[in-house]
Amino acid sequence: MTGGPGGPDGSRGDGAGGLRSVRLWFGPARLRDEGDTPDYRFSLANERTFLAWLRTALALVGGGFAVDQFLPDLRWGARVGLALALLAAGVLCSLRAVNHWVRCERAMRRGEDLPVSRFPALLSLAVAVVALAMVVVVVFGWEG
Amino acid sequence: MTPGSAAARDPGLQPERTRLAWRRTTLTCTVAAVLAARTALHRGASTAGVVACALSLLLWLGFLAVAHRRITGLAAARPRALSARAATAAALCTAALALCALVAVF
Repeated sequence: MTGGPGGPDGSRGDGAGGLRSVRLWFGPARLRDEGDTPDYRFSLANERTFLAWLRTALALVGGGFAVDQFLPDLRWGARVGLALALLAAGVLCSLRAVNHWVRCERAMRRGEDLPVSRFPALLSLAVAVVALAMVVVVVFGWEG
Repeated sequence: MTPGSAAARDPGLQPERTRLAWRRTTLTCTVAAVLAARTALHRGASTAGVVACALSLLLWLGFLAVAHRRITGLAAARPRALSARAATAAALCTAALALCALVAVF
């Protein structure tokens, strides 16, 4: 890996490159046209990473349902706000999962560096904020 | 597995690991779908609730179909890479489940 110039490439990839990779979601043949087919084991590893992100997304969606279902004493605003934050994170996470998978697959085919991403850091910050909010709500008993 | 394909297969068991990852993800999807159905029918069987429940069941079936196709494909000694269509379908099922949840929560 050549570390230096990777930064601007990676951050740019979220903008214009992001749209181009969205087109790749629906045009599988276009992905196959690029570069060489990598070792199938690398593709499978990429697929497992994709599935791990999908599981994260599903867990967040499940968390959203759980907040709605198992904290019935909470004030409506707090309950819906927390559920909404978790569900939105779930949607973002699943879309990002497929986008990241396409970009990794393309980078492997072209022999480029793998794309870098700020998403894991942002997601963990968001989850931390939601968890703190839950602690505050439970400890101070903001019930409706 | 035939004995012939056993010699050619990957010693790191990557297809097996990937198959298990699909199983785990399907299981997580099942939990989310069950929670979705529970939420949708929580406040009695209103029309919106029944529709949301049916929709989440359909999404779960869609995810199951994608996973089953992929698991079947992984049985080969050298499986082809995941198709972009399957990846998109799985991710969109997840996102749609979250949107179902939005309807059910409000």
